[in-house]
Parts: sequence; structure tokens; C-alpha cells
Amino acid sequence: MEASQALPELAAVPWRQPTDARWLQRWGRIWLAWTLLYTVPFIAAAAGMMWLEPLAAPVALAALAHAWIIPELYAFRGASVVRPKARGGEAAGEVVAQGLLGDLLGHEERELQRDTGLVLEPGSLGVWLVGEGGALLVTPGGRRVHCFCVAATDPDLPRSDRVAHLLLALRQDEEGFATVANHAFAGAPWRVRRRLPEVMRPGLDAARCAVTSSAE
Amino acid sequence: MDRTGHTTLAEWTSADDAAFATAVQEFDEQQALGYIGTVPDGPGKATHVRELPRDADMVILRRPIAGG
Repeated sequence: MEASQALPELAAVPWRQPTDARWLQRWGRIWLAWTLLYTVPFIAAAAGMMWLEPLAAPVALAALAHAWIIPELYAFRGASVVRPKARGGEAAGEVVAQGLLGDLLGHEERELQRDTGLVLEPGSLGVWLVGEGGALLVTPGGRRVHCFCVAATDPDLPRSDRVAHLLLALRQDEEGFATVANHAFAGAPWRVRRRLPEVMRPGLDAARCAVTSSAE
Repeated sequence: MDRTGHTTLAEWTSADDAAFATAVQEFDEQQALGYIGTVPDGPGKATHVRELPRDADMVILRRPIAGG
């Protein structure tokens, strides 16, 4: 049997650096710096305007709104990677696909997937939450979530089948999976959580619990 | 795994050469169509296979993934 652990899809992105723990840490810091860079000037401008001319309060409020809205939009973009994709109706094979996906999961993960639509998968980079069109990674310590946009290439697959494709690829080569995926956002879990659909939030809570308990 | 959820393409036992040969042919055809052979190896593990392993309990053919 000729077997390989490297994801064959890596051949399509030869220019990308491997997404390992150091890469994630570096990008987490870049995202933090970036967030500060586009919020602090707006806050400083608002404070400066109020100090110089209190009548400029409406403009200062607009600056503060920018400082709040822009990070929210980025967090929304991050959370959207696991948001259920709109379809005309449920694919015919969904019940069958749900059965196969269930076979790949343990009891607790199966229950969580049925409740939230997300598969919890511990890995060496952290704890993953896999959805049909992307994945969230809660890194060790539970203080940062990385959002990855990635999907099976056939758009007509049933919802659960799309999750199963991603799960198998992740299990085969975790770093390869993260490398093939497009990194969409990194930030504090609370920022992503509030932008997730309500039904998915327990999934992120469970991932944070898992990452915390694995560190103890 | 396909649009119907999943389809069983072939079944074989390690002792049944004819069934295994049929399964190998099916496996090769699916690979030519772009499917990737994956053997689930228990919790959290899976292995990519380019040839059909005779002793595997199950081989899943999945579509490639790509960044969205």
C-alpha cells in the first residue's frame, strides 16, 4: 500500500508557507496589531475632537462608531466561514451523509454536531470546529480563534458530506489542511462568538473547554 | 462520498482475489476522476492511500478541498 500523510491538495498551493504553530502565533499577533492600528486612531481622534471642541461631538461619535464597526466587520467575516450556506432546499442525500459523518465521530462529537452543525476535532495546533464551508481553530490557551475558509470542491454535496470531506482531510494532515485553507481572521473568541449564529455558539464554548482541559 | 450522501462502490475480503481486483479497478477509476482515497484510522487519524489496501476495513473516496 502506498500511503502518504501529506495532503495532495498542497500541490495546488506550492507558494504558501506551512501553517504551523509558529505561523499561527505570528498571524495572531499581526491581526492584533492590525486591529489596534485601525481602532486606536479613531478613538484618539474622537477624544481629541471632544477636547478641542465639544461641539464636534457628533463627528467624534462617528469616529467612535468606526472604531467599533470595523473590528466587528472583520469578526463577522471570520465567523462567516462556518455559517451555514444558503440553499434552495436540503440535498437529497443529507440523511445518508449524516449517517456516514456520524460513523466518523465519537458519541459526544456526534451530539455536538447535530446540535450546532460543527464537528469538534482536537489536533496538535489546537481544537478545531469544522463546518461545511470552513473551520475555526481555538489555539492552546483558548485566547485566540483562527478562522479558515475551506470547502470540498463539489458544491452540490450534501451538507454533512461537505463536513466529512473536510474532517477526513484535517485528520490526514492538520498543517496541510490549514495551509490549503484561506486564513480569514484571527481574534479573541468572544469577538467570533457574538457573530456566530446562536445555535453554533455552544460549539465554540465546547472547543474552548476542550482546549483548556487539554492544557491542564 | 458523493451527491447522494455516499455510495458503496465495491466490497472485498482479503481472501477474495476476484472481488479485490474489481475493487482495485473501481478505486483506480475514481482516482482518475479526481477522488482521493482515504482510510480512517480511528479517532482523529486518516491516511491518504494511492493504492487500494487489501486489509483496510473501509476506504473512503473524497473530493479534493480548496480554500474558499
